[in-house]
Amino acid sequence: MKAVSQSSRMHGAYRSGLDHLATGLCVLATILVVAPLVAIFAYLLFKGASSLNLDFFTKIPKPVGESGGGMANAIVGSGVLLGVASLIGIPLGVGGGIYLAEFGRGTRLANAVQFTADVLNGVPSIIVGIAAYSLVVIPMHHFSALAGGVALGIMMIPTVMRSTEEMLLMVPHTIREAALGLGVPNWRSVLSITLKTASPGVITGCMLAFARVAGETAPLLFTALGNQFWSVNLNREIAALPLQIYIYAISPYDDQHRLAWAGALVLIALIVLAVSLVRYVASRGILKGAS
Amino acid sequence: MGVGIEVTNLNAWYGTNHTLQDINLPIPANHATALIGPSGCGKSTFVRCLNRMHETNPIAKVTGSVRIGEIDIYADASPVEIRRRVGMVFQRPNPFPTMSIYDNVCSGLKLNGYSNRKVLDEIVERSLRNAALWDEVKDDLRKKSGASLSGGQQQRMCIARALAVDPEVLLMDEPASALDPVSTSKIEDLIFQLKTQYTIVIVTHNMQQAARVAEKTGFFLNGRMVEFDSTHKIFTNPSDKRTEDYITGRFG
Repeated sequence: MKAVSQSSRMHGAYRSGLDHLATGLCVLATILVVAPLVAIFAYLLFKGASSLNLDFFTKIPKPVGESGGGMANAIVGSGVLLGVASLIGIPLGVGGGIYLAEFGRGTRLANAVQFTADVLNGVPSIIVGIAAYSLVVIPMHHFSALAGGVALGIMMIPTVMRSTEEMLLMVPHTIREAALGLGVPNWRSVLSITLKTASPGVITGCMLAFARVAGETAPLLFTALGNQFWSVNLNREIAALPLQIYIYAISPYDDQHRLAWAGALVLIALIVLAVSLVRYVASRGILKGAS
Repeated sequence: MGVGIEVTNLNAWYGTNHTLQDINLPIPANHATALIGPSGCGKSTFVRCLNRMHETNPIAKVTGSVRIGEIDIYADASPVEIRRRVGMVFQRPNPFPTMSIYDNVCSGLKLNGYSNRKVLDEIVERSLRNAALWDEVKDDLRKKSGASLSGGQQQRMCIARALAVDPEVLLMDEPASALDPVSTSKIEDLIFQLKTQYTIVIVTHNMQQAARVAEKTGFFLNGRMVEFDSTHKIFTNPSDKRTEDYITGRFG
């Protein structure tokens, strides 16, 4: 009897040791994942924060050789581009995701759309830029904010579509049945019940796509082109933060390098701000105890 | 008020699986009718044929006729119209998680475009009272999510939700099988009251439950209806040997 209890105690010690080891490995993995993000943000703060001042947010770039100036036009320009991109990418992506999850399951068209979306997701961003160039820039005969927005919007579609589809499929079947059982037409049930239940996940998917294209430079090179002056006109070339960062980063002037660092910091901060804001606004609508 | 249901030569398939074979059954108005039988015998499929939920599965097929009151539900009306007249309560409570208790209860009306606030208030209160839930939730109707209630409360809320669209028939597919005994007895009391106003069809695994709440009982086995009679007769003096074997616990 004594021997048995002793061995089971030893066994218990072994098992709890294993438990601690596994927990420790998970913590370590988490740290390894988060560390690069923290490192990048810390380095950006270190390099960029000192160049941030009011001018950065209110002035446009100075001509080469003059010091100072800011990126106000690029911040606003990025906002305009992302606005256009979201207007294109989110409705098309969410609509496509609803079709895939609720109406087209198993049909040839749905399979083709899924496959195309996955391929589009893997297409290099510069090629999306070329597509937007031939779709918008060539017919219009000039570079424009619209073309840049179209390029970014196309890039958002597959991410938004596949995440919407997956989130809708996670809504339990019993909830759809509840709606149908009440005599609610299918389209109404999809929009008001399934999509609404999945909305936190759908919104997260949209924000991921948004954050991803917010930092894209390549598709803008020959669509939005960049602009050293104020412009919010969709029909004209427009400045964008990633473009401005790129231009300053490859320039030979230290002053411009500092502005590029500051620009990178602001870009990340704005993305974090936009994503948090949307999540906060979306979470306010959720009731106590809702899962 | 409830209406009677007349089922004639009903057959149903899932793919090639012939789940219901030649069912004929008269279900009386304003009574509770229980359907019993072992798992997989087709009783759930049967109730799902009574509000055309069966056909929401793309591989499902139905033939035969089901008359609810004056309407042949497979010939005279759309599934959406039928489901407004034939409410359904499912095995597991399925509240809409994003909605408050209030919105859950009036969701059937709201989603069909009904928006008169005063009338909705009255219907929500009446439905929750009918489902014996009003006193427990009246103070946080709009504050709390329907999903935050306990399992038994959720199920009574789902009953209130079905009652709010004012159906003539209420189908209940094992409504208490996921609940504890206290909640189960509340649901049974509720069925007792509701059957004066609605025609109730209840699927159950629990034979005592069938004996307690239903006037009529049908015994299903392997996709066929073996016997349909008064509950008292089924449980005391069944005509068919298979029914007797089942209710005495010799199989199933």
